[in-house]
Amino acid sequence: MLKLKVNDIDVEVEEGLTVLQACEKAGVEIPRFCYHEKLSIAGNCRMCLVEMEKSPKPIASCAMPAAEGMNIKTNTSLVEKARKGVMEFLLANHPLDCPVCDQGGECDLQDQSMFYGVDKSRFKENKRAVPEKNMGPLIKTQMTRCIHCTRCVRFATEVAGVPELGAIGRGEDMQITTYLEQSMQSELSANVVDLCPVGALTSKPYVFEARPWELKKTETIDVMDAIGSNIRVDTYDWEVKRVLPIINEDINEEWISDKTRYACDGLLHQRLDTPYIKYNGKFEKASWLEVYKIIKSKLENTSKEKVSGFVGDLTNMETAYIFKEFFDRTVETDNYESRSDNRYINTSKRENYLFNSTINGIEEADLILLLGTNPRYEATILNARIRKSYLNNNTKIVSLNDCGDLTYPYESLDGQTKTIKEIIEDAHILSKEIESAKKPMIIIGESLLRLENSKYLFDNLKDFLNKKNKFSDDWNPLNILSCDAATVGNFDLGVLNNKINLIEDLKSNKFEIVFLIGQDNLNFVKKNEFVIYQGSHGDKGAECADIILPGSAYTEQDGYYTNLEGKIQKAFKASYPPGDAKEDWQIINELAEFMNNRKLFNDKEELYSSMLNYLKLQSEKQTEHNNNNWNSDFNNENLKIEIKDYYFSNVVAKSSKTMIKCNNAKMNLKSTGTEG
Amino acid sequence: MSLRKPAKDQPESFEFNASSLEEANHIVAKYPKGKQQSAVMALLYIAQRQNNNWIPLAAMKYIAKFLDMPYIKVYEVATFYTMYNLSPVGKYFVQVCTTTPCMIRGANKLVEACKEKISENECELSSDKSCSWMEVECLGACVTAPMMQINDDYYEDLDKEKTSEILDKILNGETPKPGSYRGRINNEPENNRKTLTDLKNA
Repeated sequence: MLKLKVNDIDVEVEEGLTVLQACEKAGVEIPRFCYHEKLSIAGNCRMCLVEMEKSPKPIASCAMPAAEGMNIKTNTSLVEKARKGVMEFLLANHPLDCPVCDQGGECDLQDQSMFYGVDKSRFKENKRAVPEKNMGPLIKTQMTRCIHCTRCVRFATEVAGVPELGAIGRGEDMQITTYLEQSMQSELSANVVDLCPVGALTSKPYVFEARPWELKKTETIDVMDAIGSNIRVDTYDWEVKRVLPIINEDINEEWISDKTRYACDGLLHQRLDTPYIKYNGKFEKASWLEVYKIIKSKLENTSKEKVSGFVGDLTNMETAYIFKEFFDRTVETDNYESRSDNRYINTSKRENYLFNSTINGIEEADLILLLGTNPRYEATILNARIRKSYLNNNTKIVSLNDCGDLTYPYESLDGQTKTIKEIIEDAHILSKEIESAKKPMIIIGESLLRLENSKYLFDNLKDFLNKKNKFSDDWNPLNILSCDAATVGNFDLGVLNNKINLIEDLKSNKFEIVFLIGQDNLNFVKKNEFVIYQGSHGDKGAECADIILPGSAYTEQDGYYTNLEGKIQKAFKASYPPGDAKEDWQIINELAEFMNNRKLFNDKEELYSSMLNYLKLQSEKQTEHNNNNWNSDFNNENLKIEIKDYYFSNVVAKSSKTMIKCNNAKMNLKSTGTEG
Repeated sequence: MSLRKPAKDQPESFEFNASSLEEANHIVAKYPKGKQQSAVMALLYIAQRQNNNWIPLAAMKYIAKFLDMPYIKVYEVATFYTMYNLSPVGKYFVQVCTTTPCMIRGANKLVEACKEKISENECELSSDKSCSWMEVECLGACVTAPMMQINDDYYEDLDKEKTSEILDKILNGETPKPGSYRGRINNEPENNRKTLTDLKNA
């Protein structure tokens, strides 16, 4: 530990920290533009100048390592003069367009010029004008405003792993651009908008939409993937205007993916705002009472084995739980399922479907083996962690398949499951490496669990790791990478059926009533089934429905989601569902009341406590596992990673115009062959 | 000076020829393993020499692949340093020094000659596309000012007439004799030495 003084306050800091960090520890705020905790140190904005005893000149605190016995002063007239000088230079070429700048109100330069800005300019020459750059459909550029902090360049190179941004030219003519002005090929690209301390890079879809002080801010959880990134939803009236990340060091650090950020305009399109009934192939508006009546008579006139329910990928846990209760208590059948495909899940233990090493654990791992997953598209934020681990520890990463560019180098194997078998049977080079690794990580994707031999592979991999003593109190090397926000929550709630294969039964048209809760991913050909669809968006599920119950999207109702690590987090209501639409749990509750004259739950509080109680009971008892329809034999299969189209992976993203633009930009880049 | 942009007309592809490749490999070998990217400046210069004094985008891409580094990083270096030419400059690239000592000794006359003989504006190819000129900062030959550089050679002690003669020659495809045009050898003083006269070999 180093001892130093900041403004006569004694502080102790660890070795390797900078003067700026020491100042922060002493509670002294240092203005800065280029310095950012998560990026490398550039030291080029000079705003963080402080006075150090025995130094003739002020020093840049962000780049100066703290040392024993330093005496730092931040409140002297020298420091203020130096910062004022820096600010004057920065403002010399900065346009005075705050009133028309989207960053206005949340701009670092604006804020800091309130303290260090000089009211008059001595710069009589013409201001520099820089042409705008094309950076794709998400980032609007106004490069005249750029103060060359290079945060965006460092982010793209370090965190996103796409070294496409750079500073060309020199001196006054320096410009930030992508190589030949192509759009950035990253799923994290829009984070540069948050990083930009001025209004040079702003959000294109949000351009001139609102001012930050007009927006209502709700801190909530993202559902675009299973990571459960912490986000802040900004709403104006009932419209969701934008989504921003909030810091959660255990999950998303400071970043969110482009889909998380920009799929929110999908909440305004294709919405179901009133109940519909299909007459002769045409949807007609109806009242809640009418649709409840029809559903009641249908359910009463159908034998309960012929009723099935499917829960979708964005459904919150309250809805899934009340739906399960509705089926158990009102319909009296357990024909419910949350998977949309045939994949092997062993629910006897919770650790069998979780990402056990945790996202933070990735940084400690010394060997990462990817089996049937492409984390770049399935869990972008998690991929950024793997990259971080690679950068910090030079972690070895091996993937069974060649998944293209993952933003870090990795070794790819042949994509055959017999290779996994070899590893399990100690007949592969990797077996030794896993054995010698202290904290190996095996990440299993959903593509592997869809294979016919998935039971064999999963169970034997687990046995193999057990044999090698890789499971310990603080490390669990086996990880399942779920793709959807609702997956783990649904498994925790037991919304799945391992006794009969409901998906196959559905495909062979064995059911008379099919109840879909936000489930749009079932590929079945409808025959004579009566399909009830409850959800927020008019997509595949609603298209084949006979009755549509308009529900709410993730920003319109409170609800719990469990992320892939098994962390339960609550999403909060930021706006209201459109038209006559209701919160999902309410619809099921009312339907149950209509059928039995008795609500399932009196209010949401009761639902919460019942659900949390159920989860507690489940975690205590180990359920009997019954998976008869999975054979344990092995024959070699070719593992193919099936990933949903990144920009269209769920109904919200599918309804988003911004996501369509992103996809087009990507296709365009591919077709012109200028990629890579 | 403003930001130099790559030329509009770009060749489709670029590759080192045998001699450039040998030179490039020689330079790359100087750096420790994993630090080959340090050779980027030297390689850009080799590419510029091979490609008639300018670096096309294809060459930057080629070098980026050669050194296994991102395109943008090579592009950054090439746009940063003014001595990398990003658009064609012709077979003869004339750089006229106009920094103070040369300016005092009449560098403006040299610029006039260039304007008359080569092209009206600097960095503009002559009508037969063989030649272009530009004003540059000090080339370090103040003792023989005014002077200019054509490709690798210095032409010193010039005036407007002599410059015009030299430019006529290069426009005819000849290579004029480099060095002082007032008969000096290297940087010796005119009309014999005035100091250290008692030393024989000074």
